[in-house]
Amino acid sequence: MTVRDALNSALDEEMSADPKVFLMGEEVGEYQGAYKISKGLLDKYGPERVLDTPITEAGFTGIGVGAAYHGLKPVIEFMTFNFSMQAIDHIINSAAKSNYMSAGQMSVPIVFRGPNGAAAGVGAQHSHCYASWYASCPGLKVLAPYSSEDARGLLKAAIRDPDPVVFLENELLYGETFPVSAEVLDSSFCVPIGKAKIEREGKDVTITAFSKMVGYALKAAEILAKEGISAEVINLRSIRPLDRDTINASVRKTNRLVTVEEGFPQHGVGAEICASVVEESFGYLDAPVERIAGADVPMPYAANLERLAVPQVQQRELATDLCQWLQLL
Amino acid sequence: MASASSFSATKFAQPLPLNGTTSRSHDKHQSFFDPLRTTPSSSSFLGSTRKLRLSSASKLKLLANPNRRSAVVAVSDVVKEKKAKSTTNLLITKEEGLVVYEDMILGRAFEDMCAQMYYRGKMFGFVHLYNGQEAVSTGFIKLLKREDSVVSTYRDHVHALSKGVPARAVMSELFGKTTGCCRGQGGSMHMFSKEHNLIGGFAFIGEGIPVATGAAFSSKYRREVLKEVDCDHVTLAFFGDGTCNNGQFFECLNMAALWKLPIVFVVENNLWAIGMSHMRATSDPEIWKKGPAFGMPGVHVDGMDVLKVREVAKEAIGRARRGEGPTLVECETYRFRGHSLADPDELRDPAEKAHYAARDPITALKKYMIENSLASEAELKAIEKKIDEVVEDAVEFADESPHPSRSQLLENVFADPKGFGIGPDGRYRCEDPKFTQGTAHV
Repeated sequence: MTVRDALNSALDEEMSADPKVFLMGEEVGEYQGAYKISKGLLDKYGPERVLDTPITEAGFTGIGVGAAYHGLKPVIEFMTFNFSMQAIDHIINSAAKSNYMSAGQMSVPIVFRGPNGAAAGVGAQHSHCYASWYASCPGLKVLAPYSSEDARGLLKAAIRDPDPVVFLENELLYGETFPVSAEVLDSSFCVPIGKAKIEREGKDVTITAFSKMVGYALKAAEILAKEGISAEVINLRSIRPLDRDTINASVRKTNRLVTVEEGFPQHGVGAEICASVVEESFGYLDAPVERIAGADVPMPYAANLERLAVPQVQQRELATDLCQWLQLL
Repeated sequence: MASASSFSATKFAQPLPLNGTTSRSHDKHQSFFDPLRTTPSSSSFLGSTRKLRLSSASKLKLLANPNRRSAVVAVSDVVKEKKAKSTTNLLITKEEGLVVYEDMILGRAFEDMCAQMYYRGKMFGFVHLYNGQEAVSTGFIKLLKREDSVVSTYRDHVHALSKGVPARAVMSELFGKTTGCCRGQGGSMHMFSKEHNLIGGFAFIGEGIPVATGAAFSSKYRREVLKEVDCDHVTLAFFGDGTCNNGQFFECLNMAALWKLPIVFVVENNLWAIGMSHMRATSDPEIWKKGPAFGMPGVHVDGMDVLKVREVAKEAIGRARRGEGPTLVECETYRFRGHSLADPDELRDPAEKAHYAARDPITALKKYMIENSLASEAELKAIEKKIDEVVEDAVEFADESPHPSRSQLLENVFADPKGFGIGPDGRYRCEDPKFTQGTAHV
């Protein structure tokens, strides 16, 4: 099943199960979704539940929050999360903080979803990764699916969740196909929020990643395996809350950690994971934590520069660098 | 008045070049709020209550006639001009009048007490007082049902009181006590009450407008999608003149009119942001005009007169309830105090302040009620005394209430506290008993 179909089916099933769920965003209706994620939903549920909005992120995000205050369950689509910056006041100030400011009176069961991070050749303003931005804010839950199973399970969990959820998809993953079990296809399938998944077990080094980088980490693990290095790959799935338990347990087993993300390095997700591991499992670390992140520059347009600005899996360099770093005999 | 020099009657006298200036038809039932017609600008901005299509003859008569009753008639087409002064022609009954009076007195007394408490150190942070603007809050909110929603700004104490949040709960919230309406977690700028459908309390200018539009959206959604056929809840969004230059305002005017949402946008134009005069900040200061640009009626009303505000509010709220869509109401009002208690308020002209102090809405209503024999001086004094006691009691209650306990720090961040995640020991953090006691390592 492709990630696109996974998301579409999750939306379809949740809208069918609960009439309070509705989808709002630009081009989600008649255009079938800017990336075709909401294909067929307008025909099925009508224009009162699949709303095409004018280009007013701040306005329609706030409308979603107001509707959520009164018990409806909006799914707000941002064409990309870069545009969420026009609405970030509502995501942070009226969604994330409201349950707290009102001492539990106003819960906000809203989902903000859309593609996040770099795509291909879309330039600096369309390639920013917002994982660490939203993950730093209390009151929000931030999810980043990788596979179709993640996409389906996490989106369903997000829609059912009574709190505001930021759901960071990835445009380049939409078309990728992943095998799914019958359990995943069941309409009640949910993935718990706050639990990471160990995609590949290993014993020499822990690699944490989320979203597209999980695929890269798995490829890297394959390459390392040929060199005799057994890497454990953790798919974070949930950036906030971070599954510190799984990460720390893994580091205590392997004694080394590499964090991978596509976003900018400073104050990124890797920084938080590093801090968590240093605080909780300092005695178990045999080497300093290594962070792999996007280059600390706005994303360039030129294809070759863009390739240099994001993590890549380069066979030769990976093998020699990592082996040196791991100081294996 | 000195501030009138910044704009004179002639500046705004240009009639709009639209069919709205044709003489009124014989059809008296034609609603004033016909969105297809705009209301012409025909008189000076300050103090004007009339933005209607009136024939020039009656216009002159009304301009000359200071009698409040006929000036109020000008607000609404459908109210015929009355000559005889009898109780059936009054704008308000005795019972309604007393309710309105009491609500305004409560607002004023409460805010005055807030100032006292602030200077005594019981209240802290940002406190924005509503003195002078009571007619807008009372005029609108007292017409609502409990299920209708109100969204406000940081100047929200009186909106909360008018909507029915007990004075004790508001005062405790301001003192930061656990018995406050938000258990002390919101504060002056973030009043919420699910029970009374007061959905904020927002510090950011314009932030409440989309949220209010969403509340109105949910009302329409409930009726049309969830088939709750008698759901006709209306939402009121209160905000100021400064907000009317903000993008979110325009975004919501568009969407509310586009989707015909049951909302009334109430502009409390008190002419000043902090020290920035509305005239210096706005290319076209007549905010009511921005309504018709988006396809909804725009009304301007004297916000220092609670009866005029009530008349306009009745029509606007009625429109929304009937499903006819949004209205933009600009209330010309004034805040007697500074922007907040930290504002020295040096930029406003004393003559301007004096002009508005003379139009104090409470004094005006008192005068109206006594002149029209709706209440005696003694009855009104009794109300004032009662309110004094209510406010004193609220302060005592707040004083004696406990501060929040340590465990409250981590409560209510999430509706589902599993959102705090799984700790290094493999358990959900919220399940750790030390976590709920507030002593766990976060």
